[in-house]
Amino acid sequence: MEESYTLEKKEKTITKESISGSEALMKCLMAEGVETLYGYPGGAIMPVYDQLYKYQDRIHHVMARHEQGATHAAQGYSRISGKVGVVIATSGPGATNLVTGIADAQIDSTPLVCITGQVSSHLLGSDAFQETDIIGISTSVTKWNHQITKAEDIPKVLAKAFFIAKSGRPGPVLIDITKDAQFEEFDFSYQKCIGIRSYKPVPIVNKKQIEAAAALINSAKQPLIVWGQGIILSEAEDIFKALVEKSGIPAAWTILGASALPTSHSLNVGMVGMHGNYGPNMLTNECDVLIAIGMRFDDRVTGNLDSYAKQAKVIHFEIDPAEIDKNVTADIAILGDAKDSLTQLLPYLEEKTYSDWHQKFKDLYAIEYDKVIKNDIHPTKEGLTMGEVIHQINLQTKGNAAIVSDVGQHQMIACRYSNFNITKSNITSGGLGTMGFALPAAIGAKMAAPERDVIAIIGDGGYQMTIQELGTVFQQRIPLKIVVLNNEFLGMVRQWQQLFFDKRYASTEMTNPDFVAIAKGYYIDAQKVTKRSELKLAVQEMMASVGPYFLEVCVEKEGNVFPMIPSGASVSEIRLE
Amino acid sequence: MCENKVYTVSIYTENNIGLLNRISAIFQRRHINIESINTSSSEIDHISKWTIVVELSEDRMKKIIGQIEKQVEVIKAYYHKEDEIIYQESCLFKIKSEFLFEERQIQNIIKDSNAKIVHVNREFFVLEKSGRTEDIELFHRELKAFGIMQFTRSGRIAVTKDEMKISEMLKVF
Repeated sequence: MEESYTLEKKEKTITKESISGSEALMKCLMAEGVETLYGYPGGAIMPVYDQLYKYQDRIHHVMARHEQGATHAAQGYSRISGKVGVVIATSGPGATNLVTGIADAQIDSTPLVCITGQVSSHLLGSDAFQETDIIGISTSVTKWNHQITKAEDIPKVLAKAFFIAKSGRPGPVLIDITKDAQFEEFDFSYQKCIGIRSYKPVPIVNKKQIEAAAALINSAKQPLIVWGQGIILSEAEDIFKALVEKSGIPAAWTILGASALPTSHSLNVGMVGMHGNYGPNMLTNECDVLIAIGMRFDDRVTGNLDSYAKQAKVIHFEIDPAEIDKNVTADIAILGDAKDSLTQLLPYLEEKTYSDWHQKFKDLYAIEYDKVIKNDIHPTKEGLTMGEVIHQINLQTKGNAAIVSDVGQHQMIACRYSNFNITKSNITSGGLGTMGFALPAAIGAKMAAPERDVIAIIGDGGYQMTIQELGTVFQQRIPLKIVVLNNEFLGMVRQWQQLFFDKRYASTEMTNPDFVAIAKGYYIDAQKVTKRSELKLAVQEMMASVGPYFLEVCVEKEGNVFPMIPSGASVSEIRLE
Repeated sequence: MCENKVYTVSIYTENNIGLLNRISAIFQRRHINIESINTSSSEIDHISKWTIVVELSEDRMKKIIGQIEKQVEVIKAYYHKEDEIIYQESCLFKIKSEFLFEERQIQNIIKDSNAKIVHVNREFFVLEKSGRTEDIELFHRELKAFGIMQFTRSGRIAVTKDEMKISEMLKVF
């Protein structure tokens, strides 16, 4: 094949020896710097597990209790470390159990490489035992996928997989390897992939567009920045902070952008979106220039698009060209990596303060504080609130913990009220909204950042979706803090039923088991709090514990999360009660 | 809301298994019906060219091109309006041989339409016709009166009137 038609660009070759496909896989993983992977064994992946046994001193395999848990653990590992999370599973049900985690990673741009075993190639398409078309099934939720039927293809496909997963807008990749390819021997050599002809992961920043954006920003009277996870993925936190401080522009965040700028920063004006802060939501419809950075105008952020920031000129910084004009039309689109783009933009920006404009955010915050925040974090009425639990955790951790939240009311409360001093500290399922995410994701996060306090905040519903991963916590001795905010309801659905379905609480009330006994059954220290007077000491004990710890807090049954933009309403129709 | 129009999509891709699934899924999840689809080798060695015909608004068309180009193995995707391309479709008709010899009108239709007889035997004959969509539809209507034993039609194939600088793009890699 002529050089011009080589599909992948490669880095220099390492090693050359005759080994099996499954051993080659180990060497590929090691060449990519993989030290930890999450998975679950089974028939069609057994040759790979046999090699994992051989290489266990170099690759730490964490056996989850369900393949979905393995994917979420790999996501948590990736989100806090910025590395590629690696998952391994067998064919059939093992592979299909990965799909929820893969879909979650796809929509939240988390780099994963998932490796599944497959029946031998002569059985493909025969409905053999534990055969399923995982390539077909995973196509719509992966950035790329590929089936390997020959051992010799393993190095080049794995190299490509890692390159695709982590480059540009990151995402999940699935590689399916037939059992015969795992056994087959071949002359192994490995070259890292450094480019693919048909794939341009990072657009080159257009200088003229940067100049145009700077001119528009400098001329603005009431500009607003809304930043997303793109800042974190491109590791642009420092330049972003410098840009915010130089320009003096108030900056609000999407749920996945949280923690890129410290919560306490004077120019951080809070969260946008359905349960975001009053000020940035209301003032989205008053700003004259909206500067969106590394965010995709998700419907939970914009509410009704017909009335979203119609008065504003929109500047959109984005790495993925398909996101430009997808939901909100940009007046100026700047394609490229956020770090590159912001570095180029910074010198052009004028130093400003916008004190009157900032005052509007402060005035609206005062209203929100009076009507919502005060009652959430300093309640006087009976019944513990989720907000005061988060507030107590803030006090104990001083804002330095990584918070891994599940999905539901507690997630919104955790994101609204957690203090984040350190980037990559808010790990949650933003796009897919996957209940069951937090416990396994926190396992991965704690393993990737053992020096940090990692606290999983989970509702009683989501907890029971992946509660089996307590077994992984116990077996791996992961000193994770698990807080279940128990309101004996699927709280967010109940809130919607209350507000929009005449309080017809269909199948949302939960009769829960003894969570403390279950934790103790896994040899995890645990306690339950039912009174406000017990909360502070319980959180203190949890934070002081050396090993894993489970804390159940029984909160008010029918507490609601406000502010709230009703589904399909404008951001300026945000309700405080 | 933009008006729906017929667009022809040209996609240049690597020739990889599974890409059909990815590209068709982009249309499927947005409830857009693919009117016709054709893939073949292109003017560039080892590069496949896809020609897809869809009917939708230009606004949606642009967004879909973005989603197509986002696929790792897609090199470039374009969309064209009807007046920007030269296209052909091809079809085959199987008709009883007795009509060919007994119905003078059929002979005239074949002659006037520039269709070709590609096979004849005692039982049936096969006509091939290439042309624009409306030419084939007219031909189909004319023959239908005599009874069509089998009919099949290809996807659209198209070239643009303007140059597409795909070869230059590939050299940059």
